[in-house]
Amino acid sequence: MKSDNKSLFQKDLLNEAFKHSFVKLNPKLMFRNPVMFTVEIGTAVMFVVSLWTLFGATNQGSFGYNFSVFLILLLTLLFANFAEAIAEARGKAQADSLRKTREETPARLENGQIISSSQLKKGDVFICEAGDAIATDGEIIEGLATIDESAITGESAPVIRESGGDKSSVTGGTKVLSDKIKVKVTTEPGESFLDKMIALVEGASRQKTPNEIALTILLAGFTLVFIIVTVTLKPFADYANAPITIASFIALFVCLIPTTIGGLLSAIGIAGMDRALRANVITKSGKAVETAGDIDVLLLDKTGTITIGNRKATHFYPANTIDEKQLIRAAVLSSMSDDTPEGKSIIELAGVNPLSFQVDEPHFIQFSAETRSSGIDFKNTRIRKGSTDAIRNIVEKADNVFPKEIEEKVKEISSNGGTPLVVSENEKALGVIELQDIIKPGIQERFERLRKMGIKTVMVTGDNPLTAKFIAEKAGVDDFIAEAKPEDKMNYIKKEQAEGRLVAMMGDGTNDAPALAQADVGVAMNSGTQAAKEAGNMVDLDNDPTKLIEVVEIGKQLLMTRGTLTTFSIANDVAKYFAIIPALFITAIPALQSLNIMNLSSPQSAILSAVIFNAIIIPFLIPLALKGVAYKPIGASALLRRSLFIYGLGGVIVPFIGIKLIDIVVSLFI
Amino acid sequence: MNTEILGIIAMFVAALVLALPLGIYIAKVYGGEKTLLDPVFNPIEKIFYKISGINPSKEMNWKEHMVAMLTINLVWFLLGMAILMTQQWLPLNPDKNPNMSPDLAFNTTISFVVNCNLQHYSGETGMSYLGQMWLMFLQFVSAGTGLAAAAILFKVFREKTTDKLGNFYEFLIKSCTRILLPVSFIVALLLVFSGTPMTFEGKDQITSLQGDTVNVSTGPAAAFIAIKHVGTNGGGFFGVNSAHPFENPNYFTNMVEMVAQLIIPLAMIFAFGYFIRRKKFSWMIFGVMTVGFLLLTIPNINMEMNGNPAISAMGIDNSLGATEGKEIRFGAAATGFWSIVTTVISTGSVNAMHDSTMPLSGMNELLAMMVNAFYGGCGVGLLNFFIFIILAVFISGLMVGRTPEFMGKKIEAREMKIAMIIALLHPFLILVGTALATAFPEHGASTLNNPGFHGFSEILYEYTSSAANNGSGFEGLGDNNLWWNITTGFVLILGRFLPIIGPIAIAGFLANKKYIPEGNGTLKTDTATFGLMVFAVIAIIAALSFFPALTLGPIAEYFSMK
Repeated sequence: MKSDNKSLFQKDLLNEAFKHSFVKLNPKLMFRNPVMFTVEIGTAVMFVVSLWTLFGATNQGSFGYNFSVFLILLLTLLFANFAEAIAEARGKAQADSLRKTREETPARLENGQIISSSQLKKGDVFICEAGDAIATDGEIIEGLATIDESAITGESAPVIRESGGDKSSVTGGTKVLSDKIKVKVTTEPGESFLDKMIALVEGASRQKTPNEIALTILLAGFTLVFIIVTVTLKPFADYANAPITIASFIALFVCLIPTTIGGLLSAIGIAGMDRALRANVITKSGKAVETAGDIDVLLLDKTGTITIGNRKATHFYPANTIDEKQLIRAAVLSSMSDDTPEGKSIIELAGVNPLSFQVDEPHFIQFSAETRSSGIDFKNTRIRKGSTDAIRNIVEKADNVFPKEIEEKVKEISSNGGTPLVVSENEKALGVIELQDIIKPGIQERFERLRKMGIKTVMVTGDNPLTAKFIAEKAGVDDFIAEAKPEDKMNYIKKEQAEGRLVAMMGDGTNDAPALAQADVGVAMNSGTQAAKEAGNMVDLDNDPTKLIEVVEIGKQLLMTRGTLTTFSIANDVAKYFAIIPALFITAIPALQSLNIMNLSSPQSAILSAVIFNAIIIPFLIPLALKGVAYKPIGASALLRRSLFIYGLGGVIVPFIGIKLIDIVVSLFI
Repeated sequence: MNTEILGIIAMFVAALVLALPLGIYIAKVYGGEKTLLDPVFNPIEKIFYKISGINPSKEMNWKEHMVAMLTINLVWFLLGMAILMTQQWLPLNPDKNPNMSPDLAFNTTISFVVNCNLQHYSGETGMSYLGQMWLMFLQFVSAGTGLAAAAILFKVFREKTTDKLGNFYEFLIKSCTRILLPVSFIVALLLVFSGTPMTFEGKDQITSLQGDTVNVSTGPAAAFIAIKHVGTNGGGFFGVNSAHPFENPNYFTNMVEMVAQLIIPLAMIFAFGYFIRRKKFSWMIFGVMTVGFLLLTIPNINMEMNGNPAISAMGIDNSLGATEGKEIRFGAAATGFWSIVTTVISTGSVNAMHDSTMPLSGMNELLAMMVNAFYGGCGVGLLNFFIFIILAVFISGLMVGRTPEFMGKKIEAREMKIAMIIALLHPFLILVGTALATAFPEHGASTLNNPGFHGFSEILYEYTSSAANNGSGFEGLGDNNLWWNITTGFVLILGRFLPIIGPIAIAGFLANKKYIPEGNGTLKTDTATFGLMVFAVIAIIAALSFFPALTLGPIAEYFSMK
């Protein structure tokens, strides 16, 4: 988000937005925005009045004056449309650059036939080999490959994707670097997440979010108040023998209604989604971004988010009666088929080639969440490696004693933040392997920032509670779920939601899908399974687990931008009153000259200046609407003070200066 | 001069000091906790419940509450119409006052039912003692209605999620018996001791020194005047209200009446915080209201004490302040103070002619009623303030990047819709009413005593006073005719019941919502910062909607005087 200051207004985008500002004048489109719709009616009336003065009306001021008011009102509308159009154009441009990666690519079907990617339907299966570009989004159903995803993520290191498991998704436009995979197409053409996102940005399927609706009601309310104020002013003025021209009425009305926020409202919403897209997050609805700003609880997986990659084995601790070599042998054997980084690190630490051991007819036992252990069986030997509880169970079931020193070592390792893995051979405990986590540098600061934002962070880990507690404290998370099974996540989310909190989580596996769906904001990794991506309401193209923090800030920025611009817009009215009200009555009631505190040169120039200020403030604020108001985690009250000072007080003062300056210029011409 | 200021400070401090314990007492009453007066009132209330067949333990949701409120108010209205239109033939009419015309009876009954007491009649000649006593009854129950409605709000924010919000009739009866009655009793005693009449005899005849006989109206005035202030009603027993020597004989009674009208609105603020166990929240409300109150009061006292420059210009000594239309026994300062107290609170009793206050004093009186939430009337002041809180919560919630919530409840589109309608209603009633009266000069302008800006202020004041259910008059308006009786009557009804139903509906919706526990990112609503936000919302809504109208009235008059 830092990089796009320069590119805020690119030339081609400007051209497109310029064209659209006129297209959007269509009253049917305008009707969606009650504030600007009333301005459009006012503009139409002013057009008629201008013609009327041209053909002889004398009591409404000169044609030039009336026509100027008409032109400025038209400009106000165009500026507001332009804001929306440029936001749309930027969002589209961003989406297009992602879409470019998936231009027509040939896809080779199973039967050898080659068709274009656009002809692929959901359920088709195609084959990719080293050097091929993947034709469209899909799921690997067979094989494993290294894939270059830099086109999407910008990350140059290749990633491994394989069938089964949680990393089975491939994205259209990415490139296979090695091996061969079979991919099943998961979306109909034109219905991928990216396509849906583009449709959202383009406005076709954009729906107002609940908060946007509530704000629109507030703004419509203010508009109604000022309709009443303006309409009733007519008999008041007649009573005071101070006739008011139609131009003045309309100018007063347009200046008072919150056109600034009204004109920028939809641009702010689109820009929010666009900012998410720039952070490489595809959102499925505007509401999801908004909800992200409200998150109270954040569920984060320990691995990859809080700790770097994976745990590594650091020590072997044999039981008292056991020789270290025996422990190492058993440890290595049990890790032979264990492809997890932990398993590999055990072999690495042992420094022996597992194939150097003589093993007949080995039978490998895979790890499962239920047994919480893995191992190998051969001949009369049964080696198991797993969590303390699991191995203790095995040992004690066979009526063997679980050695006390192991028990103590386990506790010691756990309380130091390590993970103990106990190894047993033929139901006898041999010793403990210590695995250690490395906490990501800088993660503490990020959690501190979240805490200041009022968000509770929860670490989810398969570790035992002692280890989890140690890492949780070291990393600075507020709570943890240890020895987490998939349903634990779900239960935790439900519990927090029942207490009224909003929960966000990130996940990739199929077994994360229910929790992703349950969470208020579920971010699925792009590398995750299709089920996970369907269940969540955002997809992170970077597969970056800390992305949630950015998403939350984008959501907060979105609301803040709306709030501050509303405040600014309404605060502006004070100065506009002091410009227009004296101008309306000065001729009939000269005493009211004292109200003309800005000392504007004439009633007509005062009214023109107010209307001009009202129009040009919109383009001035477009960059703010697009970039969003900066969020600072300084606590809600401090934030409110700051916003009130800048946008409230600023909103009162700025128009006084602005209108005066414009008046100086305008008075040169009338 | 310093004595005058000291007198004002004494009134305010006395009211505040008494309001604090009274607030705790009120909270206990609504919470059903034990209080000192239980032995007295428990048996009395039991009789009420028995006769009327009300089961006070049957809890209502917000809709049932509002149905109960409207039903009982309709009954009072119909009874009132019947009594006032036939009072000539009914007992307790020693002065032989005539029946009221239907439109005047309509206006009078409505205005007493809605706690406004606009009074297009004069008590001495227009009302029998029975009529006065019925009006006095209405002064109790209309204040009780407002208090009971506020009690629903209390209940909503004490519970986390519920639709059981207590029983309306229980709240109403307790408000009348345990809150209004004891306080009024004390005030009435103080008035009687100071010389206010309390009798059922007819006019007194006095022979003056010149030998003329003068008929002096008396009546059961002390009781009436007590509840008129305690219940923030404002309707006087005599035509000129608290400027009358019997209604307000001396500076001491003036102080008593001032304290009497301040005490319950102030106490309700503290009762709220005590009831929902957020005392700091009460202080935030009190702070905002008091700042607003002082910003209106201090200039008024100052302007009234400085006197009228036009009179100074004529070479007349103005050192006592602007005394035109004032009672010398109260002085300019106390009158200036009264003029704002009676308009910020929806009392509307007067101890001087507001018509005669300085132009910008008149504007402040108008502004006080346009805001109608700096203290405000019995119960309803808090309800009005609640609407501003909802609007402030919404905007400031956005400004801190969180969908807005108040007391753990999310404020969404439906609540905003209601809040906006209620916020709109007040300017709508005032501006449209005034616009109609100016657009049809045969009804409006022709009844004015003053032309020009001041006349415009008179019209604006009448509708503002009606919409705010205040009941004070700028006067100078021939207001007992079909036009004024009917138009203000409808403004009164709308200006009373919608601003009660709206906030209660919002509260009712919020009560049903899930409770969200407070977190670090939650905007605290009991801080000075939030108070500032609420104040800004109030100032902007009142200033923005009424600025043009005020410009053509008091502001134009002020600048023309210079």
